[in-house]
Amino acid sequence: MSDTIPQCARGALPPGRTASLDRPGELLIETIRLTVNGDRHELGVPSHYTLLEALRYVLRLTGPKQGCDKGDCGACTVLLDGVPTLSCILPVQEAIGREVTTIEGLAAPDAPHALQDAFDLTGGAQCGFCTSGILMSAAALLAANQSPTRQEIREALAGNLCRCTGYTKIYEAIELAAQALREERSPAELVGS
Amino acid sequence: MKLEDFREKQIARAASDEELREALEREFQVIGRRLRRTDGLAKSSGRATFTDDISLPGMLHAKILRSPHPHARISGIDVSKALESEGVHAIVTGSDMPETYGILPWARDEYALCIDKVRYVGDGVAAVAAVDEESANEALDLIEVEYEVLPHFLDPEGALAHPEMPIHEPKKPDANGNISKHVRLEFGEVDKLLEDSEVIAEAEYYFEGTTHTAIEPHCAIGYFDTSGKLTVWSTTQVPHYLHRELARVLDLDVARVRVIQPPIGGAFGGKSEPFDLEFCVAKLAMITGRPVKILYTREEVFYAHRGRHPMLMRYRTGADKNGRIQAVDASTILDGGGYESFGLVTTYYSGQLITAPYTMESYRFDSTRVYTNKPCCGPKRGHGSVQPRFAIEVQLDRLAEALDIDPIELRRRNLLGSDTRTVNEFLVRSNGFLECLGAVEGASDWKEKYRQLPYGRGVGVAGSCYISGTNYPIYPNEMPQSAVQLQVDRSGRVAVFCGASEIGQGSDSMLAYIVSEELGVPLDYVRILAADTDFTPVDLGAYSSRITLMCGNACIDAAAKIKKQVKTAVADGWGCRPKQVALAGGWAFDVKDTDRKMPISEAFNLAEAKFGTLGATGSYNTPKDIHGEYRGGTIGSSPAYSFTAHVAEVEVDRDTGFVEVHKIWIAHDCGRALNPVLVEGQMEGSAYMGFAEAVMEQHIFKETGLHNAPSLLDYKIPSSLDTPELESLIVESVDPVGPYGAKEAGEGPLHPSIPAIANAIYDAVGVRMDRLPFMPPRVWKAIQERAEREKAGGLAPWKQEPGRTTLPAAGD
Repeated sequence: MSDTIPQCARGALPPGRTASLDRPGELLIETIRLTVNGDRHELGVPSHYTLLEALRYVLRLTGPKQGCDKGDCGACTVLLDGVPTLSCILPVQEAIGREVTTIEGLAAPDAPHALQDAFDLTGGAQCGFCTSGILMSAAALLAANQSPTRQEIREALAGNLCRCTGYTKIYEAIELAAQALREERSPAELVGS
Repeated sequence: MKLEDFREKQIARAASDEELREALEREFQVIGRRLRRTDGLAKSSGRATFTDDISLPGMLHAKILRSPHPHARISGIDVSKALESEGVHAIVTGSDMPETYGILPWARDEYALCIDKVRYVGDGVAAVAAVDEESANEALDLIEVEYEVLPHFLDPEGALAHPEMPIHEPKKPDANGNISKHVRLEFGEVDKLLEDSEVIAEAEYYFEGTTHTAIEPHCAIGYFDTSGKLTVWSTTQVPHYLHRELARVLDLDVARVRVIQPPIGGAFGGKSEPFDLEFCVAKLAMITGRPVKILYTREEVFYAHRGRHPMLMRYRTGADKNGRIQAVDASTILDGGGYESFGLVTTYYSGQLITAPYTMESYRFDSTRVYTNKPCCGPKRGHGSVQPRFAIEVQLDRLAEALDIDPIELRRRNLLGSDTRTVNEFLVRSNGFLECLGAVEGASDWKEKYRQLPYGRGVGVAGSCYISGTNYPIYPNEMPQSAVQLQVDRSGRVAVFCGASEIGQGSDSMLAYIVSEELGVPLDYVRILAADTDFTPVDLGAYSSRITLMCGNACIDAAAKIKKQVKTAVADGWGCRPKQVALAGGWAFDVKDTDRKMPISEAFNLAEAKFGTLGATGSYNTPKDIHGEYRGGTIGSSPAYSFTAHVAEVEVDRDTGFVEVHKIWIAHDCGRALNPVLVEGQMEGSAYMGFAEAVMEQHIFKETGLHNAPSLLDYKIPSSLDTPELESLIVESVDPVGPYGAKEAGEGPLHPSIPAIANAIYDAVGVRMDRLPFMPPRVWKAIQERAEREKAGGLAPWKQEPGRTTLPAAGD
């Protein structure tokens, strides 16, 4: 069975409105299957929706943020099969059949992810709006590289704008989390808190 | 009292005997420690609910139609076609809200939506509520607005020269309607002292406008319930002022309006006054009976603006042969954009806030704020004083150069000191500026680097001071500036109600630390309910770096009342004096015998039995004897001033003009760091933001009045790869007024970044960058001009070893 099931047209065109060129895909609501944080969802979305719109408006996963809607700020970053991806410019169809992980799915149920705890300990989140996107980029980095250098961290975060911290405390958080994951200890233990 | 079952768990989490004994040795238990924030995990787990994350049943979405013209008269609006568009529920225009608003009560010059005139591209003229954003957007295209286009002015010079074409009607018949505010103040004999000065530095500086660029766009939701009460959720950093203005503009009883401020995704001053979206969601909710949301697009955020004023600043600064500042003469034009906003305050701040941390024998400033047909400027982090701080600190570098004095030494020779008055009569109490200078001098190896690094590399220093809250509220009144209400549960849980706005700076956490310190409860027993006008006592908002000092003091005031009751109740039982009882680590204990103790919840229960339900209010108001009596003497006065010094180290590419800032050392006197993690975060974030303004950001407009770059791709803010290394050096001067001695840390540390970088560029390549930002073409051109003068023999080569040839000129 295909993951994309065209369902229905959204009724007749109102007078004066011609084809869908000015609103591509407006007429079509599709039912798609999406795997997000391990849950399989069947949901109806306008076919022009981005992944971010499907996550925020349909699944109500509001962790990924809309900061610019143009792929510039990185606040919407999620993992697509483990790769940091800007969900605000990804057509939702592109996520079909792939594993989507949002900030809500980063941690195991019983404790925060080491990155989340480390961000809290070092003050890596101030307003917190860019944080979920930054954490997803950082999580992908640590999955691939257990001991990133400061420069590697800077490069991994280059697509995520933070306006509060000046990035310093974010680097410290990621370094602390990396150490915690390597040593299988908690970030709190490492800083003696 | 019988030990209740729940206390076992509390005792297990409370301080051990040894920890209690240690606690007695320490001045503070919570204050000064590197603690978590109260909202840290909610944010790092994506669970914090920001305004746009809220979705109410039946919610409509609205969009605002904006003017395509920078200056035009509205001769007609026809919404009939739009109203028939599919999915549309309501449309409002200016005439639906015919009451002016403005953050300053004596300068209300805006309508929720324009009625007669638009004053910049992007000025709102109508708003549509529909079932979704797409339908609302489609309806916007069907609204017919007739404009009579007027000549427009994009620069203050043009607007000043054409009073016959006023952007606003003149306040007095013969006044220039394009002047928003003019201030001239003089302290001491400026002209005479300039004449007597050994050296005079004279230069013109230009500060390009910049904008806040919080990553969260503005968002608001309005809801009008069947009882006739209006609720507005908004990304505002001033819920109290918004509360008042909503009631005024919508003609509602203010007691039937509720403003709720959810967590905010950055503000930096960009959300510190009402915006069109808040009035529009409210009015549309009142008409439709359904919740209505507006989320600005990123482009709209750029047009909403209220950011840093462009300023053209002419400075003459005279010093005697020892480098002592004799006279400062400043003349400033502020480009205000289309409306007043905080303009009156900005105009004063552009002059009033540079009179520390240096003594000056005399000072004069003449500042004129001019309307232009661009988005309105307002307060951005370091309101009104970041621009003149750039000018004065580069002036000092020029004086140091002329007198051959090390620029840090020159600043030391002009120290203002503590417990003194500035030349414009502000009372300055604690002052750690000398320590700040010493800290950056040492950490940066200044003495080994200044004028000694190879060509292309340089260091620069700058200092600054900033207010810990403005001494007077925006609307004149005698009531407290900040208030806190505490309520204690029998479990030991303490609820803190406060109007203060958490905008990422950590104000909720600060309240929790103080309550935990004062009442001895674990930090996670404290609950903060902030910024909800239905439940929280008034705090004026997150602006002018006022919350820690004012709200912190209010919180101590409230906690002290409960603390007294609890200690009295416990002391009565023990037959000792209340002062023998201490509250810390989850216990009430005897300071003379730490074995005599009871869980803090038990102590609270004793106090409740004795005094009734435990609760208290606390408030803070500012001292009124700390400024001069002249007109404007209150503006810029503050209960306490923070001080900052930066050293920046840069590398300038001679061939491209690219300035790479390698590192900024930031020393900041915050009085006392209530939590050093948060203070460092403010210092680093501030220095970053100043760095960005120095080398990257340009909030500029095309001839048509369109924004040059209204996106986060084109308006350059620094990524992780752009941002220099930042090192925080906290200096604690322990202020007599601040809570536990604390002063502000959120805005002061921005100021010196820009002049420190400018001065470092000079040290690197010998060119003065007096015009922001220091972008490659500008720097390259300055290097070329210097090279040509060197070639012509007018200048010695910069920082070159003997025998090295002069720099190549352009084209070589």
